[in-house]
Amino acid sequence: MIRTTRENDKVKDVSSLNAKYYDTKNKIVASIGKYYTYSCIFFSIMIITFLTYFIASKGLSTFLKDGVSLFDFLLGTEWKPEHENTPKFGAFAFIFGSFAVTLLSVSLSTPLSVGAAIFMAEISPKSGSRFLQPVIELLVGIPSVVYGFIGLSVIVPFMRNTFGGTGFCLASGTLVLTIMILPTITSVSYDSLKALPGGLKDASYALGATRWQTIYRVLIPTALPSILTGVVLGMARAFGEALAVQMVIGNVQRLPNSIFDSISTLTSILTLEMSNTIAGTTYNNALWSMALILLLMSFIFIFIIRILGKGSKLNER
Amino acid sequence: MNVKVTDKIATIIFYTIAIVITLILVGLLSFILVKGLSGISWGFLTKPPENMKAGGGVGPQIFNSFFLLFLTMLFTVPVGIGGGIYMAEYSKPNIVTNIARLVIEVLSSLPSIVVGLFGLLIFVQKMGMGFSLFSGALALMIFNLPLMVRITEQSLRAVPVEQKEASLAMGISHWKTIVSIMLPIALPGIITGTILTAGRAFGEAAALMFTAGMSSPPLDFTNWNPLSANSPINPFRPAATLAVHIWKVNSEGLTPDAKQIAASASAVLITCVLFFNLLSRLVGKLIYKKFTAA
Repeated sequence: MIRTTRENDKVKDVSSLNAKYYDTKNKIVASIGKYYTYSCIFFSIMIITFLTYFIASKGLSTFLKDGVSLFDFLLGTEWKPEHENTPKFGAFAFIFGSFAVTLLSVSLSTPLSVGAAIFMAEISPKSGSRFLQPVIELLVGIPSVVYGFIGLSVIVPFMRNTFGGTGFCLASGTLVLTIMILPTITSVSYDSLKALPGGLKDASYALGATRWQTIYRVLIPTALPSILTGVVLGMARAFGEALAVQMVIGNVQRLPNSIFDSISTLTSILTLEMSNTIAGTTYNNALWSMALILLLMSFIFIFIIRILGKGSKLNER
Repeated sequence: MNVKVTDKIATIIFYTIAIVITLILVGLLSFILVKGLSGISWGFLTKPPENMKAGGGVGPQIFNSFFLLFLTMLFTVPVGIGGGIYMAEYSKPNIVTNIARLVIEVLSSLPSIVVGLFGLLIFVQKMGMGFSLFSGALALMIFNLPLMVRITEQSLRAVPVEQKEASLAMGISHWKTIVSIMLPIALPGIITGTILTAGRAFGEAAALMFTAGMSSPPLDFTNWNPLSANSPINPFRPAATLAVHIWKVNSEGLTPDAKQIAASASAVLITCVLFFNLLSRLVGKLIYKKFTAA
């Protein structure tokens, strides 16, 4: 009897020791794990901090160190960075090009995208999810250089034959971007239409409204903030797209007279000239200033999306 | 106009839009495949490109693309999953979480060329890695990180809360619950998302032009010493990927068959991306079956 009790005690002792051992071990592993996830997020925050700091310090040195006036840079139309005596750093033509191609493509793409979203959500959910959804997903997957290549071999010759000129023009860039941002706007709009409470639609139908009346009097107005979020996301993508646009717009460095004129955008200039310049020169810094504009624009887009998100009634759920 | 007629017209317009979009995709894909597939041969897939004369291939570029993808995922997946776990499980409603959320949003909407330029400044110039696969992988990591974080967060949030609570109620620590209970359930979502992310990285070019470079040294596929300059697995050598090569051929290609090379390389790229897309669906379905059939 006595012996067994002792043995039992011993067993208990060992197991409690074990438990304690595993307990501390688990606690250590758990806290290591926890702090690992913290450090991952901290890492992301550091990336964006560094990125902003370095691009800003490079981009601002054009104005602070090299003495180019901000006014001349933003509104000057002469870009002669390598002129011997009086180099000119007017980037207005590129800024204009970026905005023109973005706004045109968004205004073309939005009706198509919202239409596609309504088709998937309201008109024919069955063929929508079977055909159109995969189509949209595949469109997202096509790499931008492939869009550029197709633009180069289909849209540019088409423009050349139909409207004359070289075919490398603002309109070609617009068409390529229209297709590229279509999936972004469509999927965000579709999600927002899907998230609407079903009662809204039923109430409208019960009042005798037709499907079209329900869509444009009830569903679209209610989902508008989220649809606009999709549009802004599309704009952000169009504004920052580099290669696909660069390949079809002709890269002529002046203001266009019509949409069939060649243009340059901020991204196309960066693509073509960044590797030809020497770090530290005013020319190089001016290019970094353009990168800073791209960065600031993407901050502004996020800011707009945040405001839209606050205005959305859907978020109050 | 009669409201019913308007309704009919609207319906027709919506159908037209759907059909037009589908036709655009079909047109794009068939254009690339018809134009490109005729130029694809074993030689094209394995030979190095030529500078001046016709008949070059894209062998090294295909290898570079896959190797770079591997390196990128090696960096992205651990950090992305860690970040996702934080966002889904450890984040408290405080200012740090708000900042983190904003950072993820900003990162995901950064133009890829800005990421590339940042990579040029930091990895290539300041850290002295030069144009290399390593710099390219780090740049692509910045590009893919927000997506990976979001995918992990969403998959973890989709785990039934009862399962998490059951585990916690048995006295299992929060971390152990995440690792042994929640992550396995969230795995299908995470894997599907990871493959989609990989497809995106595979086609990226603007971020790589300034980081991984636009040329490749002549590669010796019998040399597997990762430190020698012409070894394919040396991560510190410059490497043009397939997507960068397509851009380069289109804009400064001097060979007489530049157009055909661009078309064929695009066909290869599209096929790979479609394959990733298909794979993610298949894997997602398979794992889903495995986890729900039990």
